[in-house]
Amino acid sequence: MSDASSVTVIHRPLWRVRLELFWKSVRTNWALFIENPIGVIGLAIILFFALMAVLHPILMKTVWDPTVYDPITGYDFEILRHPAPPSARHLLGTDPLGRDVLSQLMYSTQTEFILGVVAALITVTIGTLIGALSAYYGGVIDTLFMRLADLVIMLPFISILIVLSALFKLNMLKLALVIGILSGFGGVTVIIKSQALSIKVKPYIEAARVAGGGDWHIIVVHFIPNLLPLSFLYMMFTVTSAIFSEAVLSFFGLINIRMSWGIMIHTTQTAGYLLNVGQYWWLVIPAGLAITLLCSAFYLVGRALDEVVNPRLRRR
Amino acid sequence: MSFQPLVKVEGLKKYFPVSKGLFRKTHDYIHAVDDVSFSIQPRESLGLVGESGCGKTTTGKLLVRLLTPTAGRIFFRMEEEEAREEGVRLEDGYVDVATLKGRALKNFRRHVQMIFQDPYESMNPRLTIYDIVAEPMAVQGIGSVMEREQRVAEMLQHVGLTPPESFMFRYPHELSGGQRQRVAIARALIINPTFVIADEPTSMLDVSVRTGVMQLMQDLADRFGISYLYITHDLAVARYMCDKIAVMYLGKIVEMAETEELLHHPLHPYTKALLSAVPIPDPTYKREVIEIRGSVSTPINPPSYCRFYNRCPVAKEGLCNVQEHPPLEDKGGGHYVACHLV
Ligand SMILES: Nc1ncnc2c1ncn2[C@@H]1O[C@H](COP(=O)(O)OP(=O)(O)OP(=O)(O)O)[C@@H](O)[C@H]1O
Ligand code: SF4
Ligand SMILES: [Mg+2]
Repeated sequence: MSDASSVTVIHRPLWRVRLELFWKSVRTNWALFIENPIGVIGLAIILFFALMAVLHPILMKTVWDPTVYDPITGYDFEILRHPAPPSARHLLGTDPLGRDVLSQLMYSTQTEFILGVVAALITVTIGTLIGALSAYYGGVIDTLFMRLADLVIMLPFISILIVLSALFKLNMLKLALVIGILSGFGGVTVIIKSQALSIKVKPYIEAARVAGGGDWHIIVVHFIPNLLPLSFLYMMFTVTSAIFSEAVLSFFGLINIRMSWGIMIHTTQTAGYLLNVGQYWWLVIPAGLAITLLCSAFYLVGRALDEVVNPRLRRR
Repeated sequence: MSFQPLVKVEGLKKYFPVSKGLFRKTHDYIHAVDDVSFSIQPRESLGLVGESGCGKTTTGKLLVRLLTPTAGRIFFRMEEEEAREEGVRLEDGYVDVATLKGRALKNFRRHVQMIFQDPYESMNPRLTIYDIVAEPMAVQGIGSVMEREQRVAEMLQHVGLTPPESFMFRYPHELSGGQRQRVAIARALIINPTFVIADEPTSMLDVSVRTGVMQLMQDLADRFGISYLYITHDLAVARYMCDKIAVMYLGKIVEMAETEELLHHPLHPYTKALLSAVPIPDPTYKREVIEIRGSVSTPINPPSYCRFYNRCPVAKEGLCNVQEHPPLEDKGGGHYVACHLV
């Protein structure tokens, strides 16, 4: 095309333009997200817990004496009977082993976040890749992964975890890995695959092929970006299920971690206070409430994101 | 006119199996394209006209190898030198598209592009106009990022999306249908193809912007020396866009001629019927009004006699339903018809 008139393009580097576009889309989606009170409440709760997680190490360095307030090794000798009810010294009382409950609660928050996020990232990476590949290639690959998914969905999640943890004594990271892999190969894959199937038949896939685009080009440029919003959504739900599963396993004393909300309740139970919740409420209520709140918070954010991602669900 | 066609299609067939449950093997086939032959000269446009479901899109997709033919050959003319560079084997100056694969198929796609019917669904909603238009260059590894940007801007200018920089980094949903179809044209032409298949590119547009887009496609074809296979169900559109028209019915070409010849002297009963449904802006032109009964059926295991028999107003029992489907024959001056009675 030699006779093409020369055009001057404003020379902003391409990455700058893309960054600006990305920010613009983040801003638009944010505006949609905060329209929904459910999401805002969820996000507020998550931020509250995040603040607790961040504050804990700071408090330990500044106002809390580690010998007394350490969530695992601390002991308060100035109080004679443990567990002690809430007081000015221990805002949420002490546990049967004489440790500060508030400190345990805050310390555990960090762990829960790490567990939830690692598990969710693994789930979504696996789910998105396998879903995209199954939908794209179909055939044997598809059948293989879908039957595997059926198997994972069919087996009760918690009981698999109980068996695995009894066999291997899982620590936090291994637990995150197991939860991530299990839910990645399970339901998330199926959902993402069905979304990918709807992308597969779009004419822009044929257009890309006519242009000469190969399998990887189509998967990376056309499938993945259209699947990511849904993946992101399922990340939120995975966080919920990861935190919940951890609580259950810890309660049964099946994981090898030093402190978590589930462990707090486990300690109460092994010391024999669980059946007396009315009298020793601070041993159970804070941890139980924290589990419930954080799980629900991620779920709520997920629901609100669902409305951003699937415009059909949006109320006018 | 040159006597070396750019594209030659010979005996092209595409049968789709009709699935009947999971485990049973099917013996039923939709004869979507059934023994179609035609050729297109350089810079010439052929219109493929017919009712919905007659196999127009399937033919188009076979030509760009989005589908693999069941039988038949598709020849595309290529320069010796180009072919050698691209690792394509030539047979008398033609490459057999039906057999291409891998690298050679990818290289072939530099010469042939397709414009799709639906301007809303044929663009990835998450890509910018720049990414969409530059995609063929990107996947073919043509040019640096700067060159691609420059080229995209030029192309947007050519298709009338000016100033280009105000369109490049917008998303498809921010554009109107007509603007999107212009983007689709820019994208199809960005790697200088010599042959473009346009599958009803204006059928989903408002009437008010249709002519603009058709005009643009003609201008660009003249300017860059492009041949079109222009698919449409609208004879008036085909008349405007095409030098030659082929009329398709249930997977078969039933009549093919120069545009004006076909419109003024239709020979096949089906073409006559189609024409009687289209107003032609020519007061001196008189034509017979022909009604046809029934509607198009699906070509699942069609009978071997004339496909049009069931609906043909002039069919002769004992001839048309006994003999094989009539061959497409030249009735003089390159006017091809497939009918026993012509
Ligand atoms: N992938 C496929 N699998 C099975 N059958 C198909 C497939 N694609 C097309 N067909 C069938 O082949 C026949 C021809 O379809 P095609 O899309 O080529 O028609 P068309 O002339 O483009 O129609 P329209 O004007 O509606 O676009 C139809 O009966 C259709 O149902
Ligand atoms: S061959 Fe017979 S049935 Fe077929 S179009 Fe001609 S007249 Fe009609
Ligand atoms: Mg079609």
